[in-house]
Amino acid sequence: MLKLIPRPLRTLIVIALLAVVFILLADRVDEYRVYQGATIAAYVVAIISIVLLTGYSGQVSLGHGALMAVGGYSAALVVQNLHWPLWISFFVAVLGAAAVGAILGIAAARLSGPYLAGTTLAFAVGLPSIANRFTALGGEQGIGYDVGLPPARFGDSFTQYKWLFWICAAATLVAVGVAIHISRSRYGRIWRAVRADETAAALAGINVARSKVLVFTISAGFAGLAGALFSTTVFLVAPASFSLGLSFLILTGAVIGGVRSIYGAIIGAFVLIIIPIIAETLSSGASESVATNLPAVITGALLVLTVLLSPGGTAATFEHLTKAIRGKVRH
Amino acid sequence: MQQFIDTLILGVSFGAIYALMALALILVWRSTRVVNFAQAGQAVLSTYIGLEIHRLTSSYWIALIVAVIAGGIVGGLVDLLMVRPLSRHSGTGPEAAVAPVIGTLGLLAIVQGVVGIFWGGEFRKYPAAFSTDAISIGGSRIPFSPFDIFIVAIVLAVMVAFGFIFQRTGLGLAMRAAAFGSEVAQLAGVRTGRVRTVGWSFAGSAGALAGVLITPNVFLAPNSLDLLLVFGFTAAVIGGLESMVGGALGGLALGLGLAIVLQYLGSSFTFMAAFVVLIVVLLVRPQGLLGKKGARRA
Amino acid sequence: MLRIDSLTTDHGQVRAVDHVSFDVEVGSCTAVIGANGAGKSSLLRTLSGLVKSSSGSAHWGDIDLLKLPTSEIVRHGVAHVPEGRSVIAELSVEENLTLGALWRGKDPDVAVTKSEVLDLFPRLGERLKQGADSLSGGERQMLAIGRALMARPKLLLLDEPSLGLAPIVIEQIFHTIDTMRKATGLTVVLVEQNAVSALGIANHAIVLSLGKIVVSGSASDIASDESLRHAYLGY
Repeated sequence: MLKLIPRPLRTLIVIALLAVVFILLADRVDEYRVYQGATIAAYVVAIISIVLLTGYSGQVSLGHGALMAVGGYSAALVVQNLHWPLWISFFVAVLGAAAVGAILGIAAARLSGPYLAGTTLAFAVGLPSIANRFTALGGEQGIGYDVGLPPARFGDSFTQYKWLFWICAAATLVAVGVAIHISRSRYGRIWRAVRADETAAALAGINVARSKVLVFTISAGFAGLAGALFSTTVFLVAPASFSLGLSFLILTGAVIGGVRSIYGAIIGAFVLIIIPIIAETLSSGASESVATNLPAVITGALLVLTVLLSPGGTAATFEHLTKAIRGKVRH
Repeated sequence: MQQFIDTLILGVSFGAIYALMALALILVWRSTRVVNFAQAGQAVLSTYIGLEIHRLTSSYWIALIVAVIAGGIVGGLVDLLMVRPLSRHSGTGPEAAVAPVIGTLGLLAIVQGVVGIFWGGEFRKYPAAFSTDAISIGGSRIPFSPFDIFIVAIVLAVMVAFGFIFQRTGLGLAMRAAAFGSEVAQLAGVRTGRVRTVGWSFAGSAGALAGVLITPNVFLAPNSLDLLLVFGFTAAVIGGLESMVGGALGGLALGLGLAIVLQYLGSSFTFMAAFVVLIVVLLVRPQGLLGKKGARRA
Repeated sequence: MLRIDSLTTDHGQVRAVDHVSFDVEVGSCTAVIGANGAGKSSLLRTLSGLVKSSSGSAHWGDIDLLKLPTSEIVRHGVAHVPEGRSVIAELSVEENLTLGALWRGKDPDVAVTKSEVLDLFPRLGERLKQGADSLSGGERQMLAIGRALMARPKLLLLDEPSLGLAPIVIEQIFHTIDTMRKATGLTVVLVEQNAVSALGIANHAIVLSLGKIVVSGSASDIASDESLRHAYLGY
């Protein structure tokens, strides 16, 4: 039955249904959960940027936290200085990060594995200190950036957090749709071919270098949007928000969810939200240093365990399981 | 002019430490084809251990030796407990390519977190072996302290010792053979797994020494050596990542270069400078200063 | 005696070695011949532990070859010279040779072995300090064999020593192998695509096709069987 509907339309329907579910959910849970929902939405976009890069072209970036910073700052600057509307600032975030990503991507196209990882690591370490340096970027305090008050016609019961969630969720749904569309397009197929075997792809007439630059640029665009969304949840753009830890965190989300799967990004984003909650529960009553450091330990342990036990991430494990179950049913 | 020379002198001892970190990364890369991002965490752990020993014994030297040995043990354990199982189920696809990077990053997070739990997040001072005050010769101050002299001397000694081990001993020959031709080495009877673990131990010790040497001039915190890792990686890449001599020269070049950037552009730019140097080296001369062509994409 | 019984090796879906059984007497030379992809290299690589077997057995005397890791096999007197002039290019000629006897530790006889090897391949003696990457193809092959001999093996597994070499160099290397075997009582398993040269110095021969033994017998019989030559050896 479902197969009668063309695929792009099916995706649209799924996304629309998700939107309805989100709206209904946001009305039923408490304020803090709504706020967490907005954070999850930002993480989903950030993880998708990694999935596109790592899962679709086999490149590893430790600098996507810094690309998120580029997006966040671009968006905040046009809102603060030029008073552009919020939704345009999202596009500015995408374009700003994509522009930087294109430059990185040109270097990345010639690098593989650890070289790219190390170079993007240097980028991630270096960039926040530049932001600190310039007064136009607000120094350590950063620049304010938020979604503004909800429109009056939504009524008094429509809270600020709910408005934040609506905006983040909407942007994320659009981003997920675009990512799925890209992965199914000609480009997605080209990237997968390059990932599987560079030499074979080159022999088949694919310009491998150009394809790598393109994937890095698009991935950076997603990171930029994620940076803007992430900034709205903390109401400002500041160097401290985009530490090396953020780069690691979104990489963790991608690895745990499964670097090949866009849906895995959603699993990954939930895990990222859950980690600090688990850490909080575990460290209740313990000293402050335990409480502050436990999330990092859990994150690291999840990373190591995932690559050791289930290199494909949870999404791949689910895939194996469902295949195994289906196989049994059929026989 | 005088100021410029002073700037260069300032860069020498930092350059020596970057060279040491580069050595640690190169040792692991050559034997395992993994850039060990966890090295920053391992070095922090051993430096805290050194600090603890210093508190107990108030001896700089005992602390130094214990830290270096601890670094070696931790390095070997990392190979045995994580890297070996990881390379055993090496598959294909993006997961296999990124698994070592992810694994060592995860370990970095674990080690830094555990260090934070035990020692807290506040900045600590690590003692220096000698005075860190500038020397004055004939009334003019040279921005080089007795401790800087010690740093350069001990790094040189370590480099010479590694050079001797690698070029003149059976263990060194086995290590080079295992790194450059694992299959032939195995057929010749080299127990390549063990040899590799020894390489990880050496690297751990070199990284531990780098940590102990740099902390008196900066400070110690769970993530305070991330920059040392980045600079060490940059130095290693400048040298070609395969060559220990290259890594030493790369460290020195980077130390001098960053000192110049620090002096004339300010500290905010030193971090970005490492990134720019990496990009330029990798684009212009991807095989590094001493590397051979075509060895870069492995 | 080398005793191989029903040895089978798979590379993923492909069966590279398919229930191969044969014996090699101590001090004799057995040639394993066949076309490219017949499974000859896989057979040797299984014997030295570089690839895992799927079933069957292989014993050298009372040593179970399939149970030992690669680095231990040489310590039991079995040396393997893999295909493709396998020397380590980053090491000097002398270091490549030293590597072969590294496991023997401080054994004073190592120097004796070294001078024996250099007598066998005088060209290597002239180039001891040079990098192995500076050698010609033939010299590299000599170095690879020399490295294996440094272990004082009782059984030598040679994989395509003639590959890519000029006829005169091939002749020289085969002559050296032959005299060495006769002088020292070394047992040799010689994998070759160059059937003429291999049959010239072997006592026995087996012909592999698609992983299976299709013919086995004395080397001279196989060399003189015209139909066999046409069918499997292509000359």
